[in-house]
Amino acid sequence: MTPKTGTTTVARPATLPADDPATMRRLMRDMLLIRRFEEKCGESYALGKIGGFCHLYIGQEAVAVGTMAALRPDDLIMTSYRDHGQALARGMTPRAVMAELFGKAAGCSGGKGGSMHLFDASLGFLGGHAIVGGHIPLATGAAFAIKYQGGDAVSVVFFGEAAVNNGAFHESLNMAALWKLPCIYICENNRYGMGTALERASALYDVVQRACSYDMPAETVDGMDVLAVRDAVHRAALRGRERKTPTLLEIRTYRFMGHSMSDPIHGHYRTKDEVEQQKTRDPIHVFAEKLRADGMLDDTAWQAMEAEIADEVGDALHFADEAPDPDASTLTTDVYREP
Amino acid sequence: MPLLSYRDALNQALREEMRRDPAVFLMGEEVGVYQGAYKVSRGLLEEFGPERVVDTPITELGFAGIGVGAAMAGLRPVVEFMTWNFALLAIDQIVNSAAKMLYMSGGQVPIPIVFRGPGGAALQLAAQHSQSFEAWYANVPGLKVVMPSNPADAKGLLKSAIRDNNPVVFIEGEMMYNTKGEVPDGEHVVPLGVADVKREGTDVTIVAHAKMVGLALKAAEEMAKDGISAEVVDPRTIRPLDVATIVASVRKTNRCVIVEEGWPFAGIGAQVVDDIQREAFDWLDAPVLRVTSADVPMPYNKGLEKLAKPDVPKIREAVHRVLYRGG
Repeated sequence: MTPKTGTTTVARPATLPADDPATMRRLMRDMLLIRRFEEKCGESYALGKIGGFCHLYIGQEAVAVGTMAALRPDDLIMTSYRDHGQALARGMTPRAVMAELFGKAAGCSGGKGGSMHLFDASLGFLGGHAIVGGHIPLATGAAFAIKYQGGDAVSVVFFGEAAVNNGAFHESLNMAALWKLPCIYICENNRYGMGTALERASALYDVVQRACSYDMPAETVDGMDVLAVRDAVHRAALRGRERKTPTLLEIRTYRFMGHSMSDPIHGHYRTKDEVEQQKTRDPIHVFAEKLRADGMLDDTAWQAMEAEIADEVGDALHFADEAPDPDASTLTTDVYREP
Repeated sequence: MPLLSYRDALNQALREEMRRDPAVFLMGEEVGVYQGAYKVSRGLLEEFGPERVVDTPITELGFAGIGVGAAMAGLRPVVEFMTWNFALLAIDQIVNSAAKMLYMSGGQVPIPIVFRGPGGAALQLAAQHSQSFEAWYANVPGLKVVMPSNPADAKGLLKSAIRDNNPVVFIEGEMMYNTKGEVPDGEHVVPLGVADVKREGTDVTIVAHAKMVGLALKAAEEMAKDGISAEVVDPRTIRPLDVATIVASVRKTNRCVIVEEGWPFAGIGAQVVDDIQREAFDWLDAPVLRVTSADVPMPYNKGLEKLAKPDVPKIREAVHRVLYRGG
């Protein structure tokens, strides 16, 4: 049982942008921004400035950044509740995201969504969704709409490996393959659904094999390699745009933090050693080393990047802190769209 | 005015709205080639093609979610559930996705979608195929809930539901598809949230929706022979509920009976009683009574089923009680 398309059999498309230094540094910067942003989220959560559930993206940055780098502005994106990284990678400002986490009116969802429900419809970013697997049909529907309207955009959905045991996943992949919908299913396999390891929840170890049930193209991708992610998503996007074919990507990554801020980093379900060992694959470190080796990054450039990002995240924190709460009158707005 | 069945009135509404707006499409089990499990979509595949009349696998959660996602991306889906009993598999998409999207996106992502199909008790279909879910959906902010009681309302309300920019739960009467009535041709739109006084009267108000309207009218007709003048108010839309019309009627008659096919606990009638006691307390001459289905899963046996469902004698009995009349 092998998926229709494997990583080794597909050539790198000529339509990919050149790996010029500016592009490479941009990918580097986007990942580093997410890392530093999330670190500040952790601090702000501890300070009580962020409430509710807060799921950090630290360790998985290459998945969001690599994916967004392969997409167009008119593509549609949905993701799960671990959505800060995708939102920033898609171009939402740290201010808008941080203000939302702080529950402020200037937040991207007006303070009504919070950490798990980041939205910016103007960027085609149609939400963080907080029922595991529940948004997979939604993204499939967005792909249906794209095809119905005769467009060549794609719909992209991120979910964790725990969601593939969910009926919503299977029902969606079946219809997407049956109806040839331009949807890219990105399984961010970070090994654990909360505290349950993949092999304790799934009869199949290789998520990619799930695609065989639906005769759908699929690839396994190294989620710690931002370029590998970008290239795989680019191939999937071409299939979607040109042939209206859906793709399942199993992107293997790792979460360096706990499931949420209320969860310790390793807990009972994984060892400290395992986490430390995985950190040697840190996508930011790996990519920085590559850029250094290729002569695209040096200490000066790195320090400048760090300083710029520190300023940007600091500004976002300040902005979110100072921003006003939503007016009490907004409690009852946006329940219904009138007329 | 032409005489149409409830089924054909719905068909007309779908056809007219699909002609009017290319963003409207119909999706569900057996809606196309089979022409609809209850033939509501008869002829639509032939007119609009398989892109707009989409047969789905039996996968309610999946296609309900696809409908919501299509609405997020600019379409106006009409999602047919073969019956509302099966929609329980999709309730996560109706409640967690459709109803909440506008709010949790801070007003950015409206969901103009209609979920429709037959609901309520049928005949001897037993526990899993004979039940009423309007109270479940009406409890959820962000949803509208519509239940037409005759062919003209069925057409006019469905047209409004399709044009509405919010998720609408549209529950048709499984036992009413063959009911005939006069239906205006062409542009006949009944606004959501507006009740209709189906029969005027002075002694008692009977609030009833969907199939129960027919029973209430029949009871009112019979009771007229005994000198009881009953007014029958059909809310037509359960949410938003036209409280003003109900309250105005109760202030006139001073007595009220509420009839619904659902279960009694936390049912629609409980909500109506709450509205009445706040808005018409000083006008009431008797406690408000409710006629509901029995508080049991629907039995199969014909005699037990009859006992479980509201009927004309039960409505008459309740009316007599609020009028403090014997027999």
